[in-house]
Amino acid sequence: MSAYPERLQALLDVFAGVTDTHERTQLLIDFARRFKDVPPEVATRPFGDDHLVKHCESEAYAWAVPNDDGTLKLHFAVENPSGVSAKALAAILDKALSGLPAAEIAKVDPEIVEKLFRQNISMGKGMGLMSMVLTVQALAKRHL
Amino acid sequence: MTAIADRGYRHPDRLVSTDWVAAHSGDPDVRIIESNEDTLLYATGHVPGAVHVDWTSDLNDQLRRDYIEREGFEALMSKIGVTPDTTVVFYGDKNNWWACYAFWVFQLFGHTKAHVMDGGRLKWQKEGRAWSTDTPSFPATIYSAPARDDARHRILRDEVIQFQKRGGQFVDVRSPEEYAGTRMHMPEYPNEGAIRGGHIPGAKSVPWARAINPEDGTFKTAAELTALYVDQNGLNGAEDIVAYCRIGERSSHTWFALTYLLGFEKVRNYDGSWTEWGNLVGVPIEK
Repeated sequence: MSAYPERLQALLDVFAGVTDTHERTQLLIDFARRFKDVPPEVATRPFGDDHLVKHCESEAYAWAVPNDDGTLKLHFAVENPSGVSAKALAAILDKALSGLPAAEIAKVDPEIVEKLFRQNISMGKGMGLMSMVLTVQALAKRHL
Repeated sequence: MTAIADRGYRHPDRLVSTDWVAAHSGDPDVRIIESNEDTLLYATGHVPGAVHVDWTSDLNDQLRRDYIEREGFEALMSKIGVTPDTTVVFYGDKNNWWACYAFWVFQLFGHTKAHVMDGGRLKWQKEGRAWSTDTPSFPATIYSAPARDDARHRILRDEVIQFQKRGGQFVDVRSPEEYAGTRMHMPEYPNEGAIRGGHIPGAKSVPWARAINPEDGTFKTAAELTALYVDQNGLNGAEDIVAYCRIGERSSHTWFALTYLLGFEKVRNYDGSWTEWGNLVGVPIEK
């Protein structure tokens, strides 16, 4: 049985099947294009440091807002217009985790960054992206 | 911003302007090369006619921690249609941080017809210039490269240890927190590749980005760079200087500034950097 939520596992399976670097790049860019900025009813600029993704060079922010059914909806902002990787990961996390209970989101491991991006990221960028997952984890834990 | 020729650089020809690149993007004797930290960026849009050189898959040996050897460099040059007579121009994200890294690797193979586009992606974007998503292809070339020569621009561990014992000049281009050893890892994450924090004893702390103007990514003038490296930090350009960071990428940016913009002739990049020094048994560390 998978350790990941079903939707996330399905996405990871898709990425695992993409061995061509160019195809992987295009897939990630497709997600980045689907990135949606945090809506104003959730947060407006300037954003508070309590939602800042630490060590992310693209100045990313994350929010976890409770839905009526008790699950969470994730939102993100990426202030660096060239922050393509950050936007891609944000869109993936939203697609894979929004609508899940906090307890499930809180269990997601930052190792998914390597599974999505493979080795083609610098250590600094990898840390920033993993920090985004950790931020989502920490936000989810606030709702446990 | 002052024109490149008027900034007082020792080798101003090593930098080219965005205007120059725009005028030469279709020049068959010029190859524009984008090299980024974020390897997704090129595919989202690049300078028309530019090829992509990926620092991980194209420049690094895929097994050992080292750069490609002659055969790998020749294959890369063939793939991007470069001959020894082709002028290559690097640019990229993060104020040309990775562009300078690629430039530096090319110098290990003696491809001296090489330049950096001042300001990189940031300046090109701010000027509202066109981006292209077309991936250009060029006829494969036959490139005969010399064996990689690490002696002039690169310094390796054993020599670094001896250099430190002799009191050689080091410039640590990481953040002040990394230099001080207070930043080793982020909360809940084990570490960033080094067992110990701190810096090589005697190293001056000059974060790499201080060499650029943050508003457009261009390099500061020679007078400003001299004030930074010589007046404020006491570097002697007549003597050997070793630049380092974490894996040698940020320090290649400083190596470029010191070597070509200030004309220091004995600057080497220690690409082993802190991920090597911070893990070596028995070497001295300062905090």
